[in-house]
Amino acid sequence: MRNQMRKLQKPTRTAIFTYALVIAAFVIVQILVAGGNVNSTLAGQFVPICAYVVMAISLNLTVGILGELSLGHAGFMSVGAFSGVVAGMSLGGAIPSEPLRLTVSMIIGAACAGVAGFLIGIPVLRLNGDYLAIVTLAFGEIIKNVINCLTVGVDSGGLHFGFLSTADALNLEPSGTVIINGPMGISGIPKLASFTAGFILILVTLFIVMNLVNSRSGRAILALRENRIAAVSVGIFATKYKLMAFVVSAALAGAAGTLYAMNFSTIVATKFGFNTSILILVFVVLGGLGNIAGSIIAATLLTVLPEMLRGFSDFRMLIYAIVLILVMLATNSARFRALPGQLASKLRPARTSAKEGATGE
Amino acid sequence: MKKFSIGLLAAALAVALAGCTSGGDASPDASGNAGTAAIKIGGTGPLTGGAAIYGQAARNGAQIAVDEINALGGIQLELNYQDDEHDAEKAVNAYNTLKDWGMQVSLGSVTSTPAVATSVESNTDRIFSLTPSASAVAVTEGKDNVFQMCFADPNQGSASAQYIFDQKLGSKIAVIYKNDDVYSTGIYTTFKTKAAELGVEIVSETTFTEDSQQDFSVQLSDAKSKGADLIFLPMYYTPASLIFQQAKSMDFSPKYFGVDGMDGILTLEGFDVTLAEGVMLLTPFNADANDDRTTNFVSKYQAAYNEIPNQFAADGYDCIYAIWAAIQAGGITADMATPEINDILIAQFTSMDFDGLTGDQMRWDANGQVTKAPKGMVIKAGQYVGMD
Repeated sequence: MRNQMRKLQKPTRTAIFTYALVIAAFVIVQILVAGGNVNSTLAGQFVPICAYVVMAISLNLTVGILGELSLGHAGFMSVGAFSGVVAGMSLGGAIPSEPLRLTVSMIIGAACAGVAGFLIGIPVLRLNGDYLAIVTLAFGEIIKNVINCLTVGVDSGGLHFGFLSTADALNLEPSGTVIINGPMGISGIPKLASFTAGFILILVTLFIVMNLVNSRSGRAILALRENRIAAVSVGIFATKYKLMAFVVSAALAGAAGTLYAMNFSTIVATKFGFNTSILILVFVVLGGLGNIAGSIIAATLLTVLPEMLRGFSDFRMLIYAIVLILVMLATNSARFRALPGQLASKLRPARTSAKEGATGE
Repeated sequence: MKKFSIGLLAAALAVALAGCTSGGDASPDASGNAGTAAIKIGGTGPLTGGAAIYGQAARNGAQIAVDEINALGGIQLELNYQDDEHDAEKAVNAYNTLKDWGMQVSLGSVTSTPAVATSVESNTDRIFSLTPSASAVAVTEGKDNVFQMCFADPNQGSASAQYIFDQKLGSKIAVIYKNDDVYSTGIYTTFKTKAAELGVEIVSETTFTEDSQQDFSVQLSDAKSKGADLIFLPMYYTPASLIFQQAKSMDFSPKYFGVDGMDGILTLEGFDVTLAEGVMLLTPFNADANDDRTTNFVSKYQAAYNEIPNQFAADGYDCIYAIWAAIQAGGITADMATPEINDILIAQFTSMDFDGLTGDQMRWDANGQVTKAPKGMVIKAGQYVGMD
């Protein structure tokens, strides 16, 4: 068995480990919930954690694997959140089944965010490095401000859209409802999201991202990260592969946005601003650029941490910042990183030497 | 150096874990001896961040009321305010923390967006909720156990339009509002509807956002060029103070009409109060009123927190007294189950009259919205004076 594992290629081993991590976490949490060992603070965070994990994995695709710093990832989350919720609320009559409606909403949210990613990606991905970072930051803010000016309503005649006008200007029938009300965002969202849905979304995200990375296209993307000029010189079409990673990343963020919005009864566009983009970038950097399992763990820990620090009342966010700095310092130190390896070698030397002895003869 | 930082990290994590475990242990202890314990009231509000002054004011006001009630003996109350950073996600987390603590009555959330999120939770969990200051309609809409202490936004907007119409304060109205803010936009929308109904002419409608609230010359020029004689300002007092200043520097002196967010402008640090001379506002609370209840509250608040209480503090104070009145009338004790308390409080709130700092003869309808008379105030010689 051990030998079979060894024969597997490294990417496959990493993939198995990552899937196992997620599935084990889900099973353990379900057992704890069934046993009544989870308090409502933690239980209330399951869905946001799932959404942030998907956000972190998808941003890792852009930042870690494509190697381009994006500071506007929350913008795609917001596109997905708003379009997904509009779909979910207007399809209430057409699709009575809640899990199916959530799935359809997430697909629509992902599609809209993917289209937004494509449109933004065309001009943005012509740039590199710092320039690209600043432009994505600007686009994130533009998305936020556009949604702030948007009004959407639904009645028997279908969807009505308004821009820079009040909800009255939508000319809805009396039975119609306003869904997006400008800066007031959406309120009265049906709570369709569940932990199971979040878990499935994480698995789908892992499946998409890991398969992309280990495919021919993924190797092209990695080649672009390592040395753009060399990659282009061997005939890799840079714009195509950059855009591919960027759009997939945006679409997954859109699905995460829908899941997130469907967990809270209200969302406003200002929630998905610069701060949220940076928060997700912190998850990715802390988990390790290009390290998918690291993103999952970092997103989970850093979402739960501020709630665990409530005991400090007003100093909570200060402590959170200090912990963050220390964790960054620690994970960056060579000594700390070598620690797991040292521990493993301390535990294992007898066995390996025995085996070496056996095979050596 | 590295070793040192890792040591620090370990220490910080240990402290963090210790902090949360002790917090976790405290709750079962406190709810264990429920027979003699206090009734647990919880609330969420922005205690840190940009909106912190509102959350802190509401918490401080509520704390004063709780201390007063506990000093009387009899039913004891325990107040726990958790930070929500003016964010729906954090507010739900804060609400869940309070639920773990054993909250029996909720003060909802202080600001509107978080309150919409927490009110859904407390409606599902059957925990009675009375929000001090979350004024959006969506907070109470469709929830039988969520009540508001402040005016709902539409009431403020239409009351202002009605007031301007009745008192013939202006013929050409300009409105400047903050279009990324629920509060400001909500009031503006209903003001506009009511103004159209009454035939009050609005000549200029201009907007600003969080990022552009430093310079109002475009908005003021627009109002000036269209000959506005009254500017309606549904906003908080910080941007309003800049509007007064900039209008003066461009020799434009219309009348100004504000809403409850304008309350507090006279205590704004570094603000020249002569600029606010003649500003009219509709507000439920006036810290300069001379009745016993207000003077008692203002002096206690000043002694404890060293500042003049604003309307949020008064709302927080009133919330606790309203709940206390309902607790006494309904015979609620701390050992009752939360859904039972919820049902009694709903029955009490929809049937009682309540006199508080922010209004006399307050009544709540089945929707949870309050009916109370807004007080028209005008600023004269640096003081709020009643305008009737």
